[in-house]
Amino acid sequence: MAGSMNTSAPSTNTSARGLNKPVRVRPWRGVVLAGAALYFLVPLAASVIFTVDVPGEGVTFDAYTRIFGTDGFVSSLLLSLELAAATIAIVLLLMVPAMVALRLGAPKLRPVVEVVCSLPLVVPPIAFVAGIGTVLKWGPEHLSRTPLFQTFTAIQNPDFPFVLVLAYVVMALPFVYRALDAGLRAMDVRTLVEAARSCGAGWPQALVQAVLPNLRGALLNASFLTLALVLGEFTVAQLLGFQPFAVWIVNVSGSQAQLSVAVSVLSLLVTWALLLALAGFGGRSRTAPRG
Amino acid sequence: MTATTLDKAAVSAATVEFRGLRREFGPTVALDGLDLTARPGELLALLGPSGCGKTTALRMLAGFEHPDSGEVLVDGEDVTRVPAHRRDAGMVFQSYSLFPHLSALDNVAFGLRMRKVRTAERRARAAELLDLVGLGDKGGSFPHQLSGGQQQRVALARALALRPRVLLLDEPLSALDAKVRLTLREEIRRLQQELGITTLFVTHDQEEALSMADRVAVMRAGRLEQCAAPAELYGRPATAFVAEFVGTMSRIPGRVADGTVEVLGQRLPVDGDAPGAPEVDVLVRPEAVRVRADDTGDARVVASAFLGAATRVTVRLAHGTEVKADLPTHEAAALGAGSAVTVSLPERPVLVAERV
Repeated sequence: MAGSMNTSAPSTNTSARGLNKPVRVRPWRGVVLAGAALYFLVPLAASVIFTVDVPGEGVTFDAYTRIFGTDGFVSSLLLSLELAAATIAIVLLLMVPAMVALRLGAPKLRPVVEVVCSLPLVVPPIAFVAGIGTVLKWGPEHLSRTPLFQTFTAIQNPDFPFVLVLAYVVMALPFVYRALDAGLRAMDVRTLVEAARSCGAGWPQALVQAVLPNLRGALLNASFLTLALVLGEFTVAQLLGFQPFAVWIVNVSGSQAQLSVAVSVLSLLVTWALLLALAGFGGRSRTAPRG
Repeated sequence: MTATTLDKAAVSAATVEFRGLRREFGPTVALDGLDLTARPGELLALLGPSGCGKTTALRMLAGFEHPDSGEVLVDGEDVTRVPAHRRDAGMVFQSYSLFPHLSALDNVAFGLRMRKVRTAERRARAAELLDLVGLGDKGGSFPHQLSGGQQQRVALARALALRPRVLLLDEPLSALDAKVRLTLREEIRRLQQELGITTLFVTHDQEEALSMADRVAVMRAGRLEQCAAPAELYGRPATAFVAEFVGTMSRIPGRVADGTVEVLGQRLPVDGDAPGAPEVDVLVRPEAVRVRADDTGDARVVASAFLGAATRVTVRLAHGTEVKADLPTHEAAALGAGSAVTVSLPERPVLVAERV
């Protein structure tokens, strides 16, 4: 299809042919596009069909409506969103000042920090959670007589397992590092800070008023990646025995197969919606100045 | 009109003094005991090759660098330990430094916002400053919509917004194209004179320094070589380095004997102190060298460059030294490459330097 469109283009404006480069026919593009579309869309379509086409009942959206009534849906989703919010807040509060300081004060340490922040990609979550589990078991035994014992209990509160937030902060580091690094690369942090300082801004003001607003895209990116990570994380939560959204999906899939696939499709759509919203938000920030 | 109201408010021109500033970055010495004073209301250019410490000196006055030893004084008050945001110095940077997320007006008003000036008041003052730099109609534009020259104008307005006692310009024109550079150069000078603000201007472009500044401080390897008015710097350079860095200089070998120097078969008085050794180089400006077509002459024209009204002719003397001379173009037309000529100097005192 793409090929036929391309070939028709030069014939409609032959006069411009001498000026424009002759349009080349690239049939491979169409083939690759079609291949990729098949690869992504076929499983998705199959999932959708599986959820709406119930044998003997015809097409019904029953599986989707049932989602909201199912036990544990709201609480697990809320838990996941709360965990995501806490993770985003902590990882950004940790990384933004650290990376700005790195850029201004010790640019030579950048490779070291990059490697450290990439480690979570190398360590498999299963190994990571095994380590955390060991510490959680070992800690209370050795610290039973100290106030730290209470801490160990508190971070494992099933209503809000803070230990998961700690784990997710570590797991989000590679993504957040990369997003922020790209944002900081796009601007001259040192000059902006110095310009703000010569305008009478102290250090905190220079950061908040001059650097952060120009990092908005990067902050949104980092937040989104972290959100996606936390919503989809299964291994750590499951092995530590908590029940956020991903664990809940797996648990219901055993008893209600259609429902769990419907939830997956729904969460995919929600993720897409968030991604589009982010793109729209970032895009508007770039075009808004023209108005 | 607006300029005069600003004028009254801003006049409190400060004296700036560097005393024995020293700063090392690892093995390199950026400043090696710099002493320099800027008088109230003058435009002082810091001129020198790259790495001579001129930018470091400026950044010390802004508070972005701290000296290993020595002090910075503004109106006799030691500000060496005062943090940058309390220095009362407006700065324009070499690279475009406007805040990309703010409009031109908000950029100019940024400092006033930091000082908690009321919104209406700071917008009015920012608009006034934008008028002053000729961008009254661009208040709503964002930096990426402005040309390089316009951005530097806004940066200048921003630097002036807090009525600083000192204005610091760190090669503000070097990123601009030649034509914009010339107009902005004049504009900065006009504004600076209208406001009567003490200004330090860092540049590596000698033409820029000579044409704008009240005085020019030539620096070399972290030290001050000479600080003088442009005409004096050009006409009576204190050192051979200044002579050769500012304008074009040719060296012609000569021989000193009792206060006079023998050069090109002439005997001319020495200007200033003669160096100890008798073998010296005489330093001459191209406009002071006379070249005459002479079939018996032992010098040869090797090249000529057309400069407009004048043509710069390069002549190789019998012993191999090359001398540059500016001739009226109609005279130079007769002197093609390879023509035999004689070279002479006017009967005036000449500068001499040790032979290198």
